[in-house]
Amino acid sequence: MTSPAPVTEQRQMPRPDAAALPALSIEGVSHSYGPRRALTDVSFDVQPASFTALLGLNGAGKSTLFSLVTRLFGIQSGRVSIFGHDISKTPGEALRLLGVVFQPRTLDLDLSLTQNLLYHAALHGISRREAAARSAELLGRIGLEERAGSKVRDLSGGQMRRLEIARALLHRPRLLLLDEPTVGLDVKARADIISHVRQLVAEQSIGVLWATHLFDEIMPSDDLVVLHQGKVLAQGPMSRVVAEAGAQDVNTAFMRLTGAQTMPGGGA
Amino acid sequence: MSSITARDTPRGFSVQEYLTCLTGIVWREGLRFLHQRERFVSALVRPLVWLFIFAAGFRQVLGISIIPPYETYILYEVYIAPGLIAMIQLFNGMQSSLSMVYDREMGNMRTLLVSPLPRGFLLFCKLLAGTAVSLLQVYAFLLIAWLWDITPPAAGYLTVLPALILSGLMLGSLGMLISSGIKQLENFAGVMNFVIFPMFFASSALYPLWRVQEGSPYLYYLCEVNPFTHAVELIRFALYGQINWISLAVVAACTIVFMIGAILAYDPSRGLARRGPAGGEG
Repeated sequence: MTSPAPVTEQRQMPRPDAAALPALSIEGVSHSYGPRRALTDVSFDVQPASFTALLGLNGAGKSTLFSLVTRLFGIQSGRVSIFGHDISKTPGEALRLLGVVFQPRTLDLDLSLTQNLLYHAALHGISRREAAARSAELLGRIGLEERAGSKVRDLSGGQMRRLEIARALLHRPRLLLLDEPTVGLDVKARADIISHVRQLVAEQSIGVLWATHLFDEIMPSDDLVVLHQGKVLAQGPMSRVVAEAGAQDVNTAFMRLTGAQTMPGGGA
Repeated sequence: MSSITARDTPRGFSVQEYLTCLTGIVWREGLRFLHQRERFVSALVRPLVWLFIFAAGFRQVLGISIIPPYETYILYEVYIAPGLIAMIQLFNGMQSSLSMVYDREMGNMRTLLVSPLPRGFLLFCKLLAGTAVSLLQVYAFLLIAWLWDITPPAAGYLTVLPALILSGLMLGSLGMLISSGIKQLENFAGVMNFVIFPMFFASSALYPLWRVQEGSPYLYYLCEVNPFTHAVELIRFALYGQINWISLAVVAACTIVFMIGAILAYDPSRGLARRGPAGGEG
């Protein structure tokens, strides 16, 4: 996979104090599919122990961004780094620290819960014994220990998602990416998953980037990045973004921000 | 937990981690294969049809003289067995490589590719896992063939193993290379017509090359440059405890070239989203 040298390559900044490293740093990232521009100069950070919501409609570029951060696509321009490790230059070190839950289900339906987890652990070079211990522990935490041997096919949608989150945590990442993880789930399952992930942020200091188009999943204390048509329209603590948009809630703020973009004559 | 810094994390990966990853990928592929019984059955039925029906019918038509590695006159069934083994691997290689690139396995490819280990290594593991699956098919076939009186020397079952691994890797990487060059693929039929059949028929799988030469010198040259011929011959000689050095060299060289090509050409954005020409100028 080849990618052109990042544009920002030249400004080699002195490494800031290690403690201040963001969990995820996206600097000036643009991406095109042939002539179609999917992302334009996207920049934002996700801090450790923070919950950052990436808010955007379908087609805003969220999934493209996820594909870039997970090294699925090569970076065309800009820079993505995870705890200071450039995903293009030292992908191994970067990916070690990253856990990801993709929007489409990526479990092996015919394999058991444990088998799915062991496979993932092997992909991270975690020895079989260690992997078995971690799998049992994580299954316990998501309340599925009794289902360990059953096929994933027999789980409910919410249970599969919980399993995918458990799987993403197996190699003890410090940054967790979730791409619309609650899509297609019922109210109860959604609430469970959101509270589980928020707990991870609070208890394990994991930095979370949560892509969504559902406003009610965001809390005032969260960091917010508003992505629209491949561009970042606003970012910062949710309360500030809402206030700056002169709105009362995220919903209105989002409508104002994106509406302004598409208004005739108001475009960039 | 304490905060993490870039300096905390270990650099590189140990041999142990590479091995864990490799065995994990092969193990999963094996498990999946065992769950897909239809795939196993169809992988076996195909060569068996050739063996039981085609070979039986052609037995009287084609006389096989004594050619290396055989030391006696042999039945036609015995002659085509190595060709059918290679055919199992050809189908398996094409199938698993195509599914790697197209949607069916895309979710699983995502899981695979977010592994921190080098991507080339991951793809190599995947090819090796596909080869391991083909080995299960081949040995099941050899067992049935043995009941059908195709009885190579006992040691041959062991000596054929390295040949099978090499030819499996060659055909798997060829499949991966081809699939990265195809823009759109509605089904398996295109590859059947344009790759599998020509490769299979223009080879020494069904008829010894000296007979081909008598019939058509051009076809003979075509067969000689067909890497599949050399996979067949490598397997044929190995099954009788011998090494065909030319075939070994050709298969080894082709494996290296195809694999490097396949890894370089592998584009994970393909098949991931139907957005037309993906990947862009990257």
